[in-house]
Amino acid sequence: MPELLLQLRELKTTFPTRRGLVTAVNGVNLTVRRGEIVGIVGESGCGKSVTMMSILRLVARPGRIVGGDVLFEGRSLLGLSPAALRKVRGKEIAMIFQDPLSTLNPAFPVGEQIREALRLHGLVNGSLPFGLDRTRAEKERVLKVMEEVGIPSPMDRYAAYPHQFSGGMQQRVLIAIALSCEPKLLLADEPTTALDVTIQAQILELMQRINRDHGTAIIMVTHDLGVAAEFCNTIAVMYAGQVVERGTADQVIGDPQHPYTEGLTACRPGISERKDIVPIPGEVPDLVNLPKGCAFQPRCQYARDVCDEAPILMSTVGQGHYVRCIRPGGYVRRPTDIARLGLNA
Amino acid sequence: MASIQTGASTPGIWYIVGIRLRVWRRGLVSFLRDLWHHPLPLIAGLVILAYLFAAVFAPQITGHDPSRGNLRARFSPPAWHAGGTLNFPLGADDQGRDLLTRIIYGSRVSLAVGLWTVGISVLLGTALGAAAVYFGGRLDQLLSRFADLLLAFPFLIFAIGVMAFLGPGFTNLILALTFKGWVEFFRLVRGAVLAEKNKEYVEAARVSGRGNLAIIVAEVLPNVVQSVFVLGTLRMGFFIVTEASLSFLGLGVQPPTPAWGSMVAAGRDYMLTAWWVSTFPGMAILILVLAINVFGEGLRDILDPRLKTE
Repeated sequence: MPELLLQLRELKTTFPTRRGLVTAVNGVNLTVRRGEIVGIVGESGCGKSVTMMSILRLVARPGRIVGGDVLFEGRSLLGLSPAALRKVRGKEIAMIFQDPLSTLNPAFPVGEQIREALRLHGLVNGSLPFGLDRTRAEKERVLKVMEEVGIPSPMDRYAAYPHQFSGGMQQRVLIAIALSCEPKLLLADEPTTALDVTIQAQILELMQRINRDHGTAIIMVTHDLGVAAEFCNTIAVMYAGQVVERGTADQVIGDPQHPYTEGLTACRPGISERKDIVPIPGEVPDLVNLPKGCAFQPRCQYARDVCDEAPILMSTVGQGHYVRCIRPGGYVRRPTDIARLGLNA
Repeated sequence: MASIQTGASTPGIWYIVGIRLRVWRRGLVSFLRDLWHHPLPLIAGLVILAYLFAAVFAPQITGHDPSRGNLRARFSPPAWHAGGTLNFPLGADDQGRDLLTRIIYGSRVSLAVGLWTVGISVLLGTALGAAAVYFGGRLDQLLSRFADLLLAFPFLIFAIGVMAFLGPGFTNLILALTFKGWVEFFRLVRGAVLAEKNKEYVEAARVSGRGNLAIIVAEVLPNVVQSVFVLGTLRMGFFIVTEASLSFLGLGVQPPTPAWGSMVAAGRDYMLTAWWVSTFPGMAILILVLAINVFGEGLRDILDPRLKTE
């Protein structure tokens, strides 16, 4: 089995609007290994969620993936037929969302909704021929999954409707649905944002346990750097549709190289020590008219003229630690970058 | 013990629909339990059941022939009146036919028209409404504009026109009523599906690998079906009244088949001398339609899960 599970290569997704073309995802590269937890961090509107939806080719129209590739186990998802793609969705790659209540169908009991996921992908067969006891076998498995995600007395809760659950329990149901087919990759789009802090911790712990017990790789989108630091093996920081910094959690949080990451860590409130929250000045850039060079440069306290001359490429600053900034290199572009961008030195 | 098998063929949407149906069966049981705690709709439901019973077992209930009269019993008054006889409990009409018998047989026409019209309208309206959203674009435009066009006509006038064109008769009656009757259901379903379509659970279904058709049929429509059910009940009362109006005008079911509307029309001339001839059929319409409407309102209260408390 190849070590690499998912690879995004120069993924680009755009939305035509009345004002012009919005480039929501602008050449994102990302690698997820088997069993790894990857965090995508960034402020609202930086393209985190669109990146996730692009992986499953579920970008809402009129949005469109216009470039790059998504490789899952070496196979391009962008080239799959709709039928083949549906077999990947839910079975190989599952997803959980921010607001659990609206994600569950209000018309049906939660147990049946979990069972449907199993039935849809035809995963469980009973011991009798012709699937005579399939329903019973599926129910058994649903109860097992419900127990695994920590829903107390699953027998009683099987027939309950989504609105009869608390937010944390609803999220557990969603995780149960996502896990029922034992996917290799779980996409979690701000799974704990709608929950209060204690429940948040429980859900994160649950996801961590699943990752450990089943080897399910997780991509977790969050705007909470603390959650990412705690939970993820590697972190990618996104800004204006691009990954601006990527590395292990320790590297990115402990030794941020990009001014934006630095800003994000500085505007986190601390609890134990009282420190001032330093907001990042300025606003998120207009995705229709992006700056010619570095997208963060208008808000950057270290910006110099060179930053706006031409696009900045990713460069290595440590073992597996990449940053889209020329400051660590002393504001000097590498010869290879100059060649790739076709600039006159 | 359950065994997990990968690579099995993906079952289609009918498996999912099967699961849904089982859920509804359980829903029916809890619905009947809910009904027990709502006395008004419960009574209304029992009244409707009584009408249904009368329609089905009409020959067993009454010994009279609904269309053969006895001229000696012409305008025989109700039993409690002077000169009334228990043989004609609600009196007799201008041809000496037992009114109660004719009302009981008349419920067959009203209920059959109501059920057929609502049934066909619901199926047609739901299918077209879902199709309009599913296919979108031109088909949606076409159906919506056609629906708007039909809505521009007052229902009764439109039905009179169609009946005048097709000629009277039971089948034509149902045709005339459904020709415009589906529009309400179409608009309800189209609007509701459009609204539901953008909810996150649809997105979630797509993420779990479900196709568009399956999402509409198995995910969205079940959320719409309760409103359709409520509207269907309420519209049934309206269709029954419209049928009675058409029969009153002589455009409905033709004599000698007893229909409440034509019975009211027949008694009109004798209002002062024999009030019962048109009053009792009129009351039969009133009570049935009232019961259906009360039941429909109750249904709405019971079925709306957002109003339901633990």
